[in-house]
Amino acid sequence: MTEESPEITPKADGIADPAKPEPPPQAPVSPAPQFELAADMPLLRIEGVGKTFGSFRAVDRLSLDIRAGEFFALLGPSGCGKTTLLRMLAGFETPDEGRILLGAKDIAQVPPHLRPVNMMFQNYALFPHLSVRDNIAFGLKRAGMARDEIATRVAEMVALVKLEGMEKRKPDQLSGGQKQRVALARSLARRPQVLLLDEPLAALDKKLRESTQLELMDLQRRLGMTFIIVTHDQEEAMTMASRIGVMDAGRLEQVATPRELYEAPHSRWVAEFIGDVNLFDGEVGWRENNRLLVTTREGVTLAVTEPRQRVTKATVCVAIRPEKVKLSRRAPVSDAANTHAINRLEGVVTDVSYLGGLTAYKVKLESGAVVRASVANTARLDIDAYLAGQRVMAWFAPDDCMVLEQ
Amino acid sequence: MTRRVNRISPFNITSLALGLAFLYLPIVILVIYSFNASRLVTVWGGWSLRWYTEFFNDRAMLDAAWMSLRVAAVSATVATLLGTLAAIGLARGERFKGRSLFSGMLYAPLVMPEVISGLSLLLLFVALSAERGFWTVTLAHTTLTMCFVTVVVQSRLASIDRSLEEAAMDLGCDPVRAFLSVTLPLIVPAIVAGWMLAFTLSLDDVVIASFTTGPGSATLPIRIYSEVRLGVKPQINAICTMVIALIAVVIVIASFASKLSSSQGESAAPL
Repeated sequence: MTEESPEITPKADGIADPAKPEPPPQAPVSPAPQFELAADMPLLRIEGVGKTFGSFRAVDRLSLDIRAGEFFALLGPSGCGKTTLLRMLAGFETPDEGRILLGAKDIAQVPPHLRPVNMMFQNYALFPHLSVRDNIAFGLKRAGMARDEIATRVAEMVALVKLEGMEKRKPDQLSGGQKQRVALARSLARRPQVLLLDEPLAALDKKLRESTQLELMDLQRRLGMTFIIVTHDQEEAMTMASRIGVMDAGRLEQVATPRELYEAPHSRWVAEFIGDVNLFDGEVGWRENNRLLVTTREGVTLAVTEPRQRVTKATVCVAIRPEKVKLSRRAPVSDAANTHAINRLEGVVTDVSYLGGLTAYKVKLESGAVVRASVANTARLDIDAYLAGQRVMAWFAPDDCMVLEQ
Repeated sequence: MTRRVNRISPFNITSLALGLAFLYLPIVILVIYSFNASRLVTVWGGWSLRWYTEFFNDRAMLDAAWMSLRVAAVSATVATLLGTLAAIGLARGERFKGRSLFSGMLYAPLVMPEVISGLSLLLLFVALSAERGFWTVTLAHTTLTMCFVTVVVQSRLASIDRSLEEAAMDLGCDPVRAFLSVTLPLIVPAIVAGWMLAFTLSLDDVVIASFTTGPGSATLPIRIYSEVRLGVKPQINAICTMVIALIAVVIVIASFASKLSSSQGESAAPL
């Protein structure tokens, strides 16, 4: 099962993928130990891995390939199995079935201390009785490294995470952000082939989290290391990861770049999980050029652009992101509506939430359905703002609609 | 939030003074009278160290004291070893079958009346026709104090995040190494505190010791108890004062140990 094959992951029409630059673009500071890989082999291949706790199926025959140098995020609601999967990669849980191939070696049954991967724990798990220096040196001592080599490596790591002058402090003398850096330095010190990060920023406040996200990305790029991060925060995943695997109930719902996930979700579940979305269930009426006409349950006909992969089912779900819904006082002037070049829905504004950068509106249609629209506040003065109770026209282009078959 | 809860009011001072007096007045009187020069316990005859020198010349008393110290040291050491192992088994072991029964049985001596423990041990030693003396008392005290060690160590273990051990394994330690290099240093203060607790419990036990000891091997509390039955001699006051001093020192060390352990982790071992 590879996600790269176009049959499995169709790119939605018109969605170019600027994505994030593939590492390593710069000279790595300290390159991760690389071993020979066949050109098409992923660094890490998870094959049909399953794990059951009692009667709870935490991970359900999951397969996933991760390339060397990738920043991969496992995203999902709590209890979806993402942490269990990560712990199986680290070796703290043993899969009931399946294989975990690192390079060519199956490590599914290898105990954690013999795996060339390291993990950064959610609560950092710093050793409270050891200083910052000894925490970072801990894994190096175990590896039997010479004393002066350890000292060099520790100094390098301390510089990397900008903790100079803190080497002699104990963990309880550090702030949350500093602890996070020590944990990162400790897990990087052994130069693992894969670094696993379990909700690494969950304990930081918002501002610190944002700056740390950028630092982590920069670090990963410079080291050219493979990072796998587990998070429930979609913004975090989208900011940092080059690819995201969305998990639910022990399965991968979709593996794609952040942009693809948002603009071309595979399923209704993914569309609803990532960001906000308006959904209309309906029946496919007829086709016109590359347009599909969908009659919604509310009796409205929506024109949507047919995805490259032809819709086969009669019952579909039309999804439109709130920021792609435009509002106006009058219908857009043109006969576009008649030629299905645009979708128009008339309704009454019921709810206005000013959020700073944008304003979120809820528009109640005559059919009773509610459409959410978010409008960027591009001007300081709100001459264009709509008020609750006002009649408005919500309109959007067929190109901006997504057709979901599940 | 401006109201100071810990402000000292006259009522607080009074109740604190009364409480402390209730607890410590008898002990203070005992300590003062240990320096009494008079032969009569209840009559003050001036300051003197006479009864202390008398004690150090009393062969039988010294033997009993020496016996008590040996019993306390050996039983506390064995109890600490076993109790720590039990605590590790309970806190870190897999959820084995009968685990709750095991922990219940382990804690039973905490609430068991000492007379019953003493009597049952006596019956056991008689049935085994073991010669009663140093070893029987030591064994009995080990069973008595082991559960206290377990409680102290287990609560410390429970407060240590398991991910610390996982982190150690992740960084190249096998499970045994991970325990030795991360968990053990963190629970050492609790182990020390547990040993101190076991030591003092053994030192002042009279019930179980009187059941399980044999002729010619009385512990200090038994010796004191039998002397007092013939009338309180001022010498007893001196001995008791020294025992109090010893226990006070041990308790102060134990609380320092547990403070050390709490500054390294989240919560202190209860003492």
